[in-house]
Amino acid sequence: MESLATFILTKYNYWAVIILLVIGLYAMIAKKNLVKKIIGMNIFQTAIILFYVSIGTKRGATLPIIEHAHGDSAHAVHAADYINPLPHVLMLTAIVVSVATLGVALALAMKIHAQYGTLEEDEIQEKIMESEPGSTSTSG
Amino acid sequence: MRLLGFITVVLLGGLLFHLSLDFPDLGDASSPAATHVSPYYIEHTMEDTSVPNIVTAVLADYRGYDTLFETAVIFSAGLACFFLMRISERTAPKARFYRHLPTGLTLRIEKGGKIPEDTREFERIDSVWVPYDVIITMTCRLVVPFIQLFALYVIAHGHHSPGGGFQGGVIFGAAIILYAISNNLRRTLRRMSERMSALFGSVGVIIYGGTGMLCLLLGAGFLDYRGMASLLGVDPVSARSYSILIVETGVGLAVTAVMVWIYYNLSSAGKQDEGL
Repeated sequence: MESLATFILTKYNYWAVIILLVIGLYAMIAKKNLVKKIIGMNIFQTAIILFYVSIGTKRGATLPIIEHAHGDSAHAVHAADYINPLPHVLMLTAIVVSVATLGVALALAMKIHAQYGTLEEDEIQEKIMESEPGSTSTSG
Repeated sequence: MRLLGFITVVLLGGLLFHLSLDFPDLGDASSPAATHVSPYYIEHTMEDTSVPNIVTAVLADYRGYDTLFETAVIFSAGLACFFLMRISERTAPKARFYRHLPTGLTLRIEKGGKIPEDTREFERIDSVWVPYDVIITMTCRLVVPFIQLFALYVIAHGHHSPGGGFQGGVIFGAAIILYAISNNLRRTLRRMSERMSALFGSVGVIIYGGTGMLCLLLGAGFLDYRGMASLLGVDPVSARSYSILIVETGVGLAVTAVMVWIYYNLSSAGKQDEGL
């Protein structure tokens, strides 16, 4: 029983990531609405961010800001005392970039809505098929 | 499609669950992620750059190339939104609507009519009626300066506490967006025009890239801040610390401007009139 508890406690971060990742992927595959697809992509990104941040932790370590005081001479810093800063750096930029790309995706969705009057994938498909045979000169 | 998608994700989830059993334990100090390059960063940041916040040092110094291009990506996203959405209205509208703020009356002024000049009392609105809420407007007016001050603190204090250009820039941008939501877009555009946000965005990227080029001109490598020592008049270690602040300021400017710029274009569908 105790071994099961330790097993869960050492792996549960991956399971949370997998659940989020699968939810995002399902939204991207199965949902027909483009905004829902975009939000699914964002959930997927969140899963990746959580994955990176969770592998950066170390048991018994503190956050990656070196303890210091004024006039304190340089003392030895041990890597085991601080959590891994690298995933934090990577995800810090990834979060802001994901917000910016979300903006671009929503702008594209708004343009599609202005063009076809709907955000449902199958309805857009129908409208494209309707306009295809008659008009060869007006494309795009 | 729905069933097929469900089967696919369940299979993928099961596969990933199986693989997760081989992953290192949570908090394992000897996991591959924590053994290769990160111990160097933790142990040498202080003597290399004199920046206690390792995340800031890695972000702007050790991995400066990465961050430079991340900033460029954000700026390109702002540009992409601009090119996709922006519509410039050439024809003047038939009638303009103004709200008299003290009484809440709405005026409709036909083309050629006298447009009220006192902008403190009259506010231009769109034909779609937008409710005016004095409580929300005043509360946000009080809160926004403090959010902006906090954003500047987060940028400036990024060396010693969690923070830096990205976080501070996002907070600053959020403050301006809050102002735009609580008041309206026209009033926000008078404070920070679209031209200004485009300019700030590009200036931010130029500050970052320019710092790198300056290092190159001063005889060090691209983004090797030790070259800035002779220009700043300090020893190479402090030069790296100061250059990180310069670079973070550029990042903060770019992120603020791009967040606001994307909001301007998305919220008004490119027309940049009333907004939400």
